[in-house]
Amino acid sequence: MSFATFTFYAFAAILIFAALRVITTRNPVHAALWLVLSFFTAAGIWLLLQAEFLAIALVLVYVGAVMVLFLFVVMMLDVNFEVLRQHFRSYLPIAAAVGALVLFEMALVIVDSAIGHTATAGPPPTGSNTVALGKLLYVDYVYPFEIAAVVLLVAIVAAIALTQRGEPKPRKHQDPSWQVKVRREDRVRLVDLPSEKPPA
Amino acid sequence: MALPGAPGLAHYLVLGAILFAIAMAGIFLNRRNVIVMLMAIELMLLAVNLNFIAFSRYLGDMAGQVFVFFILTVAAAESAIGLAILVLLFRNTGTIDVEAQGRLRG
Repeated sequence: MSFATFTFYAFAAILIFAALRVITTRNPVHAALWLVLSFFTAAGIWLLLQAEFLAIALVLVYVGAVMVLFLFVVMMLDVNFEVLRQHFRSYLPIAAAVGALVLFEMALVIVDSAIGHTATAGPPPTGSNTVALGKLLYVDYVYPFEIAAVVLLVAIVAAIALTQRGEPKPRKHQDPSWQVKVRREDRVRLVDLPSEKPPA
Repeated sequence: MALPGAPGLAHYLVLGAILFAIAMAGIFLNRRNVIVMLMAIELMLLAVNLNFIAFSRYLGDMAGQVFVFFILTVAAAESAIGLAILVLLFRNTGTIDVEAQGRLRG
Protein backbone atom coordinates (compact mmCIF):
# COMPACT_ATOMS: atom_id res chain seq x y z
CA MET A 1 0.00 0.00 0.00
CA SER A 2 1.64 3.16 -1.15
CA PHE A 3 1.54 6.41 0.75
CA ALA A 4 -0.87 7.99 -1.74
CA THR A 5 -3.30 5.10 -1.32
CA PHE A 6 -3.14 5.30 2.45
CA THR A 7 -3.65 9.08 2.34
CA PHE A 8 -6.63 8.75 0.03
CA TYR A 9 -8.42 6.21 2.20
CA ALA A 10 -7.68 8.09 5.41
CA PHE A 11 -8.91 11.38 3.98
CA ALA A 12 -11.96 9.74 2.43
CA ALA A 13 -12.92 8.16 5.75
CA ILE A 14 -12.50 11.47 7.61
CA LEU A 15 -14.45 13.32 4.90
CA ILE A 16 -17.40 10.94 5.00
CA PHE A 17 -17.50 10.91 8.79
CA ALA A 18 -17.35 14.71 8.97
CA ALA A 19 -20.08 15.03 6.34
CA LEU A 20 -22.30 12.65 8.32
CA ARG A 21 -21.71 14.66 11.47
CA VAL A 22 -22.60 17.89 9.63
CA ILE A 23 -26.08 16.66 8.82
CA THR A 24 -26.79 14.82 12.07
CA THR A 25 -25.29 16.96 14.80
CA ARG A 26 -27.56 18.71 17.25
CA ASN A 27 -25.89 22.08 17.43
CA PRO A 28 -25.44 24.18 14.25
CA VAL A 29 -22.18 25.60 15.61
CA HIS A 30 -20.83 22.06 15.76
CA ALA A 31 -22.21 21.43 12.28
CA ALA A 32 -20.24 24.43 10.99
CA LEU A 33 -17.07 23.16 12.66
CA TRP A 34 -17.54 19.67 11.18
CA LEU A 35 -18.03 21.36 7.82
CA VAL A 36 -14.69 23.11 8.33
CA LEU A 37 -13.09 19.70 8.91
CA SER A 38 -14.67 18.29 5.77
CA PHE A 39 -13.40 21.24 3.72
CA PHE A 40 -9.90 20.70 5.10
CA THR A 41 -9.89 17.01 4.20
CA ALA A 42 -11.37 17.76 0.78
CA ALA A 43 -8.48 20.18 0.25
CA GLY A 44 -6.11 17.32 1.13
CA ILE A 45 -7.76 15.08 -1.47
CA TRP A 46 -7.49 17.86 -4.04
CA LEU A 47 -3.77 18.03 -3.26
CA LEU A 48 -3.57 14.32 -4.07
CA LEU A 49 -5.12 15.17 -7.44
CA GLN A 50 -2.45 17.84 -7.95
CA ALA A 51 -4.83 20.78 -7.90
CA GLU A 52 -2.68 22.76 -5.52
CA PHE A 53 -4.05 26.22 -6.20
CA LEU A 54 -7.66 25.16 -5.74
CA ALA A 55 -6.83 23.27 -2.54
CA ILE A 56 -5.32 26.39 -1.00
CA ALA A 57 -8.17 28.52 -2.37
CA LEU A 58 -10.67 26.15 -0.78
CA VAL A 59 -9.03 26.54 2.62
CA LEU A 60 -8.64 30.31 2.31
CA VAL A 61 -12.03 31.12 0.81
CA TYR A 62 -14.22 28.53 2.50
CA VAL A 63 -12.63 27.97 5.86
CA GLY A 64 -11.40 31.53 6.10
CA ALA A 65 -14.41 33.44 4.85
CA VAL A 66 -17.57 31.47 4.19
CA MET A 67 -17.48 29.33 7.31
CA VAL A 68 -16.69 32.33 9.48
CA LEU A 69 -19.75 33.98 7.93
CA PHE A 70 -21.80 30.90 8.80
CA LEU A 71 -20.52 30.94 12.38
CA PHE A 72 -21.29 34.65 12.71
CA VAL A 73 -24.85 34.14 11.53
CA VAL A 74 -25.43 31.09 13.72
CA MET A 75 -24.17 32.89 16.78
CA MET A 76 -25.92 36.16 15.95
CA LEU A 77 -29.36 34.64 15.55
CA ASP A 78 -30.96 33.66 18.81
CA VAL A 79 -32.68 30.58 17.46
CA ASN A 80 -34.17 27.87 19.59
CA PHE A 81 -32.65 24.93 17.78
CA GLU A 82 -34.42 22.32 19.89
CA VAL A 83 -37.74 23.34 18.35
CA LEU A 84 -36.28 22.87 14.89
CA ARG A 85 -35.20 19.35 15.75
CA GLN A 86 -38.54 18.10 17.03
CA HIS A 87 -39.39 16.16 13.90
CA PHE A 88 -35.82 15.09 13.21
CA ARG A 89 -36.52 11.39 13.74
CA SER A 90 -39.63 11.42 11.61
CA TYR A 91 -37.64 12.78 8.65
CA LEU A 92 -35.01 10.05 9.02
CA PRO A 93 -36.69 7.36 6.84
CA ILE A 94 -37.37 9.66 3.89
CA ALA A 95 -33.89 11.16 4.15
CA ALA A 96 -32.26 7.73 4.19
CA ALA A 97 -34.44 6.61 1.29
CA VAL A 98 -33.61 9.64 -0.84
CA GLY A 99 -29.91 9.40 -0.02
CA ALA A 100 -29.83 5.70 -0.87
CA LEU A 101 -31.71 6.36 -4.10
CA VAL A 102 -29.28 9.08 -5.18
CA LEU A 103 -26.36 6.83 -4.29
CA PHE A 104 -27.90 3.93 -6.20
CA GLU A 105 -28.45 6.01 -9.33
CA MET A 106 -24.91 7.34 -9.23
CA ALA A 107 -23.56 3.82 -8.61
CA LEU A 108 -25.33 2.66 -11.77
CA VAL A 109 -23.63 5.38 -13.78
CA ILE A 110 -20.20 4.91 -12.23
CA VAL A 111 -20.18 1.10 -12.36
CA ASP A 112 -21.26 1.22 -15.97
CA SER A 113 -18.73 3.77 -17.11
CA ALA A 114 -15.79 4.24 -14.79
CA ILE A 115 -15.13 0.98 -12.95
CA GLY A 116 -13.53 -1.62 -15.17
CA HIS A 117 -12.10 0.95 -17.50
CA THR A 118 -8.42 1.48 -17.00
CA ALA A 119 -8.50 5.24 -16.72
CA THR A 120 -4.97 5.89 -15.66
CA ALA A 121 -3.74 9.30 -14.79
CA GLY A 122 -1.44 10.78 -17.33
CA PRO A 123 2.01 11.92 -16.37
CA PRO A 124 1.84 14.41 -13.54
CA PRO A 125 1.66 17.94 -14.91
CA THR A 126 4.98 19.66 -14.98
CA GLY A 127 5.50 23.17 -13.73
CA SER A 128 3.35 25.23 -11.45
CA ASN A 129 -0.34 24.45 -11.19
CA THR A 130 -1.02 28.10 -10.42
CA VAL A 131 0.75 29.29 -13.56
CA ALA A 132 -1.16 26.83 -15.74
CA LEU A 133 -4.48 27.78 -14.16
CA GLY A 134 -3.71 31.49 -14.46
CA LYS A 135 -2.82 31.20 -18.12
CA LEU A 136 -6.06 29.38 -18.81
CA LEU A 137 -8.12 31.76 -16.69
CA TYR A 138 -6.77 35.03 -18.06
CA VAL A 139 -6.51 34.01 -21.71
CA ASP A 140 -9.15 31.45 -22.66
CA TYR A 141 -11.68 32.15 -19.94
CA VAL A 142 -11.27 35.89 -19.49
CA TYR A 143 -14.93 36.75 -20.21
CA PRO A 144 -16.32 34.16 -17.77
CA PHE A 145 -13.77 35.47 -15.30
CA GLU A 146 -15.19 38.99 -15.64
CA ILE A 147 -18.72 37.66 -15.29
CA ALA A 148 -17.62 35.95 -12.08
CA ALA A 149 -16.35 39.32 -10.84
CA VAL A 150 -19.75 40.89 -11.61
CA VAL A 151 -21.48 38.03 -9.76
CA LEU A 152 -19.39 38.79 -6.70
CA LEU A 153 -20.19 42.49 -6.99
CA VAL A 154 -23.90 41.72 -7.19
CA ALA A 155 -23.55 39.50 -4.13
CA ILE A 156 -21.86 42.30 -2.16
CA VAL A 157 -24.50 44.85 -3.14
CA ALA A 158 -27.35 42.43 -2.44
CA ALA A 159 -26.03 41.35 0.95
CA ILE A 160 -25.56 44.95 2.09
CA ALA A 161 -28.87 46.13 0.64
CA LEU A 162 -30.78 43.26 2.22
CA THR A 163 -29.39 43.64 5.70
CA GLN A 164 -29.38 47.45 5.79
CA ARG A 165 -31.41 48.41 8.79
CA GLY A 166 -33.59 51.55 8.70
CA GLU A 167 -32.87 54.77 6.88
CA PRO A 168 -29.38 55.28 5.57
CA LYS A 169 -27.36 57.86 7.45
CA PRO A 170 -27.48 61.48 6.17
CA ARG A 171 -24.66 62.20 3.84
CA LYS A 172 -21.92 64.43 5.18
CA HIS A 173 -21.34 66.76 2.28
CA GLN A 174 -21.33 70.54 2.00
CA ASP A 175 -24.35 72.40 0.65
CA PRO A 176 -22.94 75.43 -1.25
CA SER A 177 -26.22 77.31 -1.55
CA TRP A 178 -26.72 77.13 2.18
CA GLN A 179 -23.14 78.24 2.67
CA VAL A 180 -23.66 81.27 0.41
CA LYS A 181 -26.96 82.26 1.98
CA VAL A 182 -25.64 82.12 5.48
CA ARG A 183 -26.16 85.32 7.47
CA ARG A 184 -24.16 86.78 10.25
CA GLU A 185 -26.84 85.86 12.82
CA ASP A 186 -26.52 82.17 12.02
CA ARG A 187 -22.87 82.02 12.83
CA VAL A 188 -22.02 84.70 15.39
CA ARG A 189 -23.68 85.25 18.71
CA LEU A 190 -22.48 88.12 20.81
CA VAL A 191 -22.71 87.48 24.50
CA ASP A 192 -22.56 90.25 26.97
CA LEU A 193 -20.43 89.03 29.80
CA PRO A 194 -20.04 91.34 32.76
CA SER A 195 -16.43 91.79 33.60
CA GLU A 196 -15.34 90.26 36.83
CA LYS A 197 -13.73 92.22 39.55
CA PRO A 198 -10.07 91.46 40.01
CA PRO A 199 -9.50 89.53 43.21
CA ALA A 200 -8.66 91.77 46.01
CA MET B 1 -8.97 -0.70 -12.47
CA ALA B 2 -10.63 -2.71 -9.72
CA LEU B 3 -11.99 -0.68 -6.85
CA PRO B 4 -9.82 -1.76 -3.89
CA GLY B 5 -6.23 -0.80 -4.37
CA ALA B 6 -4.45 2.29 -5.53
CA PRO B 7 -6.86 5.21 -6.01
CA GLY B 8 -8.01 5.69 -9.56
CA LEU B 9 -10.68 7.79 -11.21
CA ALA B 10 -13.45 5.48 -9.94
CA HIS B 11 -12.38 6.00 -6.33
CA TYR B 12 -12.79 9.73 -6.55
CA LEU B 13 -16.12 9.40 -8.36
CA VAL B 14 -17.43 7.02 -5.69
CA LEU B 15 -16.29 9.37 -2.95
CA GLY B 16 -18.03 12.27 -4.71
CA ALA B 17 -21.21 10.22 -5.09
CA ILE B 18 -21.22 9.25 -1.40
CA LEU B 19 -20.66 12.86 -0.39
CA PHE B 20 -23.47 14.06 -2.65
CA ALA B 21 -25.85 11.41 -1.29
CA ILE B 22 -25.01 12.40 2.29
CA ALA B 23 -25.70 16.04 1.47
CA MET B 24 -28.97 15.10 -0.24
CA ALA B 25 -30.06 13.13 2.82
CA GLY B 26 -29.00 16.11 4.96
CA ILE B 27 -31.37 18.43 3.14
CA PHE B 28 -34.28 16.10 3.86
CA LEU B 29 -33.15 15.41 7.40
CA ASN B 30 -32.87 19.07 8.37
CA ARG B 31 -35.82 20.33 6.44
CA ARG B 32 -36.81 22.75 9.17
CA ASN B 33 -33.39 24.24 9.78
CA VAL B 34 -32.30 26.56 6.99
CA ILE B 35 -28.75 26.98 8.27
CA VAL B 36 -27.93 23.28 8.12
CA MET B 37 -29.71 23.13 4.76
CA LEU B 38 -27.29 25.75 3.41
CA MET B 39 -24.39 23.74 4.82
CA ALA B 40 -25.69 20.63 3.03
CA ILE B 41 -25.76 22.62 -0.21
CA GLU B 42 -22.12 23.56 0.38
CA LEU B 43 -21.33 19.85 0.81
CA MET B 44 -23.08 19.09 -2.49
CA LEU B 45 -21.01 21.70 -4.29
CA LEU B 46 -17.89 20.19 -2.71
CA ALA B 47 -18.81 16.76 -4.09
CA VAL B 48 -19.34 18.21 -7.56
CA ASN B 49 -16.03 20.04 -7.38
CA LEU B 50 -14.30 16.80 -6.39
CA ASN B 51 -15.68 15.16 -9.52
CA PHE B 52 -14.54 18.07 -11.69
CA ILE B 53 -11.00 17.93 -10.31
CA ALA B 54 -10.78 14.14 -10.61
CA PHE B 55 -11.85 14.29 -14.26
CA SER B 56 -9.49 17.19 -14.85
CA ARG B 57 -6.61 15.09 -13.53
CA TYR B 58 -7.49 11.86 -15.29
CA LEU B 59 -8.39 13.40 -18.65
CA GLY B 60 -5.43 15.76 -18.55
CA ASP B 61 -7.56 18.84 -19.15
CA MET B 62 -7.05 21.88 -16.96
CA ALA B 63 -10.42 23.37 -17.95
CA GLY B 64 -12.07 21.33 -15.19
CA GLN B 65 -10.10 23.25 -12.59
CA VAL B 66 -11.20 26.54 -14.13
CA PHE B 67 -14.79 25.44 -13.70
CA VAL B 68 -14.14 24.55 -10.08
CA PHE B 69 -12.84 28.08 -9.68
CA PHE B 70 -16.10 29.51 -11.03
CA ILE B 71 -18.18 27.16 -8.90
CA LEU B 72 -16.31 28.37 -5.82
CA THR B 73 -17.06 31.97 -6.80
CA VAL B 74 -20.76 31.36 -7.34
CA ALA B 75 -20.99 29.31 -4.14
CA ALA B 76 -19.44 32.12 -2.12
CA ALA B 77 -21.93 34.59 -3.60
CA GLU B 78 -24.79 32.17 -2.97
CA SER B 79 -23.95 31.64 0.67
CA ALA B 80 -23.48 35.38 1.25
CA ILE B 81 -26.90 36.20 -0.18
CA GLY B 82 -28.49 33.16 1.45
CA LEU B 83 -27.24 34.12 4.87
CA ALA B 84 -28.34 37.73 4.33
CA ILE B 85 -31.84 36.50 3.50
CA LEU B 86 -31.69 34.25 6.55
CA VAL B 87 -30.83 37.16 8.83
CA LEU B 88 -33.66 39.17 7.29
CA LEU B 89 -36.07 36.27 7.73
CA PHE B 90 -35.18 35.90 11.37
CA ARG B 91 -35.47 39.65 11.96
CA ASN B 92 -38.94 39.78 10.45
CA THR B 93 -40.51 36.53 11.66
CA GLY B 94 -38.41 35.56 14.68
CA THR B 95 -37.82 32.01 13.46
CA ILE B 96 -35.90 30.19 10.76
CA ASP B 97 -38.27 27.24 10.65
CA VAL B 98 -39.07 26.47 7.03
CA GLU B 99 -42.41 24.97 8.00
CA ALA B 100 -43.46 28.23 9.64
CA GLN B 101 -42.94 30.24 6.47
CA GLY B 102 -46.28 30.07 4.73
CA ARG B 103 -46.73 33.70 3.85
CA LEU B 104 -46.17 33.33 0.14
CA ARG B 105 -48.70 30.52 -0.09
CA GLY B 106 -51.50 31.75 -2.32
